Amino acid sequence: MRADYSFAAIRIGGETISGEFIHVDGGVLSDSDHSFSAFYMIAIVDYQAGNLTSVKRALDHLGIRSRITGVPSEIRSAAKVIFPGVGRAGSAVQTLRARGISDALHEVFRRGTPILGICLGTQIILEASEEDNTECLGLIQGGARRFRLSDPLLKIPHMGWNHVRAVRKHPLLAHVNEETQFYFVHSYYPEPRLQEDIVAVTEYGMRFASAIGRKNLFATQFHPEKSGQAGLEVLRAFSRWEGESC
Amino acid sequence: MLSKRIIACLDVRDGCLAKSIRFENTQNIGDPVARASEYFNQGLDELVLYDITASSDNRGIMLDVVSRVAEQVFIPFSVGGGIRSVKDARDVLLAGAEKVNINTAAVQNPSLISEISEAFGAQCAVLSMDVLQVESSESIPSGYEIVIHGGRTRTGKDALYWAQEGERLGAGELVINSIDTDGVRLGYEICLTRMIAEAVRIPVIASGGAGKPEHLYDALTDGHADGALVASIIHYDDFTVRDLKDYLIQRGLPIRRA
Repeated sequence: MRADYSFAAIRIGGETISGEFIHVDGGVLSDSDHSFSAFYMIAIVDYQAGNLTSVKRALDHLGIRSRITGVPSEIRSAAKVIFPGVGRAGSAVQTLRARGISDALHEVFRRGTPILGICLGTQIILEASEEDNTECLGLIQGGARRFRLSDPLLKIPHMGWNHVRAVRKHPLLAHVNEETQFYFVHSYYPEPRLQEDIVAVTEYGMRFASAIGRKNLFATQFHPEKSGQAGLEVLRAFSRWEGESC
Repeated sequence: MLSKRIIACLDVRDGCLAKSIRFENTQNIGDPVARASEYFNQGLDELVLYDITASSDNRGIMLDVVSRVAEQVFIPFSVGGGIRSVKDARDVLLAGAEKVNINTAAVQNPSLISEISEAFGAQCAVLSMDVLQVESSESIPSGYEIVIHGGRTRTGKDALYWAQEGERLGAGELVINSIDTDGVRLGYEICLTRMIAEAVRIPVIASGGAGKPEHLYDALTDGHADGALVASIIHYDDFTVRDLKDYLIQRGLPIRRA
């Protein structure tokens, strides 16, 4: 694995040279080398919430280096952090606290490390979730609410492809136009307290925030790793993003 | 507004792409991974890989196909065929699939639907049903009977009852495959699809019979389906995924343009 460190070094700043990249596996590094290698890498936060390998596979496909890890020190030393998740808010937050991941996420957010939240990860970065009445991380003010739709024909979960309309400019959604759709699977949706934290909206019996963001944190309710080219483009833009919000 | 989904079904036997007509005369028509990747690039919304390998000894080959597809195809996909336990389901999910389709095993052991739904979430548990049109009777009031073993065995189970029972047990989606129309390319079984779509509150996917883009339109409008499964119509180069989508968009349906 050491052989490609020098190659990794020229990638500081997140520039991706696709096609030339040497893939490394997602195995656990020993204590002696994690602080060095993880610095150049995207950490995909593992907190036993669903299948994280799909995010990893999408990044591999784009030639973007990443590692799945639940070790707080590796999350702290990563160049960027992806916070995905499928599952229930209650048990997810419990795991995050118990393993010290919650503190690590607060720290990297304060420090300006670019963070991408996905699905349950996006709900958990808010202050609270109606799911299991959970107190969450509170990186962004607001909460996750359950869909209560009056139209009986609208099914819950909201599952499938839907439009995402940016309400303000953001580097991670620069490619999105009125035809772009992303893949969703969820029963709860993010509701930030401040209008300025809403980046994009989606209609499903109501209008909800399908992407939210504050400073170096950007988070989507949809799954970029399962949203075809439009989703891969979000991940590619994230790999080049330095954390500025417009 | 949620788009209607175009879902391609790839039947995989011993690691090769196969296509059958009325579940018989299976032919080998190529590499499933290359084909999946091609459809992904054409803007496909979702994929189903169905393992029709006769021998369970070759399940490892299927898992390899699943993980190679997951490396190249970044849309949701499900895997069916030979999934008989939560462990089988976990294996294909870890290999990269989002959902599992269960069919014969669910008829033989309905609690499998609940077990998979509880273990991985309802969105993971797709109940796929093969349906044969029969004379309406006391035990089959709807006139549609569930068949298993790829259509060879009749079960005496009413299709409408089974769809509702599947939903109650925790299935997150239903695939309604008509044995009468499968591979014949004369159109989906619209009556059957609509009857079930109106009776449940989970997404219903029409399957079996697409030969022309109009057939998809009918299933997604008159049939009330949330998605349409396609196989032969795209496998033999008659239409691309993009052709089908262009047609449906032009007819005014909400379809993802990719």
